[in-house]
Amino acid sequence: MIPELGQFALILALAVALVQGALPLAGVQRGNAAWIALAWPAVRAQAFLLTFSFCCLTWAFIDNDFSVVYTASHSNSQLPLPYRIAAVWGGHEGSLLLWALLLSWWSFAVSLFSRQLPETMTARVLGILGLVSVGFLVFILMTSNPFERQLPGLPEGNDLNPLLQDPGLVIHPPLLYMGYVGFSIAYAFAIAALLSGQLDAAWARWSRPWTMVAWIFLTLGIAMGSWWAYYELGWGGWWFWDPVENASFMPWLIGTALIHSLAVTEKRGSFKNWTVMLAIGAFSLSLLGTFLVRSGVLTSVHAFATDPKRGVYILAFLVAVIGSSLLLFAWRAPKVGLGGRFALLSRESLLLTNNVMLAVVCATVLIGTLSPLIASALGKKLSVGAPYFNTVFGALMVPVVFLIGVGPFARWKEASLAGLARLLRWPFFVAVLAAILLPLSLDHWSPLIALGLALAFWIALTATLNFIARVRATRAGRPFLSTLFKQPGAFWGMHLAHLGIAVFIVGVTMVKGYETEKDVKMGPGDTVEVGGYQFGFLGVRETNGPNYLALIGDVEVTKNGKPYRRMTPEKRIYNASGMPMTETAIDSGFLRDLYISLGEPIDRENLNGEWAVRVYHKPFVGWIWIGCLLMALGGLVSICDRRYRVRANAVVITPSATQPAQSA
Amino acid sequence: MIAATPFLRKTLLSVLACCLLAFPFAVQPKEAAPLADDPAAEKRLRSLSEEFRCLVCQNQSIADSNADLAVDLRREIRSMIHEGKSDSDIKDFMVTRYGDFVLYRPPLEGATLLLWFGPGLLFIIALVALRSTLRRRDRTLAAERELSPEEQQKAEALLRAATDTPPKE
Repeated sequence: MIPELGQFALILALAVALVQGALPLAGVQRGNAAWIALAWPAVRAQAFLLTFSFCCLTWAFIDNDFSVVYTASHSNSQLPLPYRIAAVWGGHEGSLLLWALLLSWWSFAVSLFSRQLPETMTARVLGILGLVSVGFLVFILMTSNPFERQLPGLPEGNDLNPLLQDPGLVIHPPLLYMGYVGFSIAYAFAIAALLSGQLDAAWARWSRPWTMVAWIFLTLGIAMGSWWAYYELGWGGWWFWDPVENASFMPWLIGTALIHSLAVTEKRGSFKNWTVMLAIGAFSLSLLGTFLVRSGVLTSVHAFATDPKRGVYILAFLVAVIGSSLLLFAWRAPKVGLGGRFALLSRESLLLTNNVMLAVVCATVLIGTLSPLIASALGKKLSVGAPYFNTVFGALMVPVVFLIGVGPFARWKEASLAGLARLLRWPFFVAVLAAILLPLSLDHWSPLIALGLALAFWIALTATLNFIARVRATRAGRPFLSTLFKQPGAFWGMHLAHLGIAVFIVGVTMVKGYETEKDVKMGPGDTVEVGGYQFGFLGVRETNGPNYLALIGDVEVTKNGKPYRRMTPEKRIYNASGMPMTETAIDSGFLRDLYISLGEPIDRENLNGEWAVRVYHKPFVGWIWIGCLLMALGGLVSICDRRYRVRANAVVITPSATQPAQSA
Repeated sequence: MIAATPFLRKTLLSVLACCLLAFPFAVQPKEAAPLADDPAAEKRLRSLSEEFRCLVCQNQSIADSNADLAVDLRREIRSMIHEGKSDSDIKDFMVTRYGDFVLYRPPLEGATLLLWFGPGLLFIIALVALRSTLRRRDRTLAAERELSPEEQQKAEALLRAATDTPPKE
């Protein structure tokens, strides 16, 4: 009964989405106030119906209702409750429902927090979101209905893929989807602005916080996924250039370009067309990501759907969305003004260069991800993997990262090359020198390590200098520190995010350069030394988990003869699927991680004998995720900027608030 | 799997406890044997096998995978390293056996030229295009700002009219 209610709610939600997608847009066009006003209740109704529908599906999981096909294939009565709830989005159908649910929540949030916007603008935005929702709901109902029944029901479910039975599943997909879906808001704002022809600084200011929030979620989602892969997959990697990872990384790259571009559009009224293109691009790539993952055209760990009907539908949806957006763009864009004038070297031009470079990097990732597909269509089999991406991506990112140091010093409208060179000469030399000398004092020196460190030092030094310069300029006799903390959120946010990139680069460089790994046979009593720590293997014991049997290896870690701690890597056999899983043991530290993964017993008959064990010492690996957190924090701080709130109110009082703000 | 009888488990646990207690005083614990004897060869094996796709896995390299095929291939590569084969010999062996599909770094040839040089080319084209767009944009804006002679006259006339007639109350 409850699944049927969920299904009805889903159908009703589609009906409401059709209304939300059609009437407000038509109403704005014809000046029909009643149709416009429908947008708000429609959004509320949709959010309610989808929430209800999602709860019904969740109930089917909590209640172990295995007469629902989706529940039976993704859950099991032995599965602990939190994982049963997370299993709702552990498969294709449920994750699409999550997409639609989050879209309805985002739409609801827009309808709540956009009171200062002109009514017609909000109505258009909500209408476009309604159309996107129609696309997803039709897809769910036609090809991937999570409420489908099988009667009689099965006595027991198939179980959730053991890889997914982890707190990571509870957090990672919702975060990632919040990011994906969030870009639909940026997209809807851009299309609404194109429709109305009101492509101005005000539009950029409205759309900017939403885009930033989406970007923050996407950043956190990707970082979370990477961390999950690191501790769960058991071979110590954190990014594999898997098609699905690329699918989430491409919208991130374009989204990063978009938040920079929006900054210029808001402050200087320039790059409007480019910003609109990026908004369309970021959303299209989010859809493409969904397509790549869900259609199963690419072999990957995450691709759990292989129904061609679904692939064709998403492809058609993608073509419709991108096609209609580009047509609208081609029709409207030539009428959009150029905005403020600026010199060939200025803050504007540097930001635009950063944008173009990020777009090229994104195109590279896209080509690399799709070329195996293209090759197989031509009858050739081709692999494009991490060695390719690391080489090409690494090379392209160097100039992008270099510009991070230059951009904040360049003045709006016109910057002087000689002035920039004079300012930046010292940090450049210091960064390069330090990067060359520092690795000499470490284990070994390589040009790539020096390059990585140079880029990180460069960002850190220029950010510090920029802070000092800024505080001096705005100090006006006040104490240094209080001026420092009174700098606007946008300024702090920018530098926090940039420092995040520096921290990230340090992590990647150090772990690539100085990681040590030992692949050893260990019997009880054996020890191995890695990275200055002694790992003593005590043997393997057996325990029962809630739905698995675990073999736990006990490893006593000592440093210089002093006991440090006990680590317990596991090997699990899940009852329902019989699948073996490796649970790594990680000792995370600020400067290094110790990482143990238990392999196979050397003699399968004798579990008390020797085991294959991998022990890693990973210097600075945690900085990879600390860097991502800093980036997200930077985004958060920048949208908490006081001037957003002040000016948001000012819009209501005076229309003159649309003037560009002073530089940040 | 370890037999799950309570007796065995108890024994196992007590053995473990003994090990644990004895550990700090254990006489000269022996250094664990690496899975292979030669660390330098292991390092080469690691970096080589990162370049090859494990063909039975879902997008995993031979270095990362624990599938039987990957384990076998690692063993095979290791023995080739011990026979003194060069990296390119080993790569050729893999390609003749499994085709180009096994290579995660696509070989440089006709069809993949675009893959390797496309990004760099695109990068240069994009920057050149950006530069010319910015120049054109600047010229257009400059032309917009400059007034034609008629506009100049009109503006002056307007200004005169504004100063001649006193503002109405």
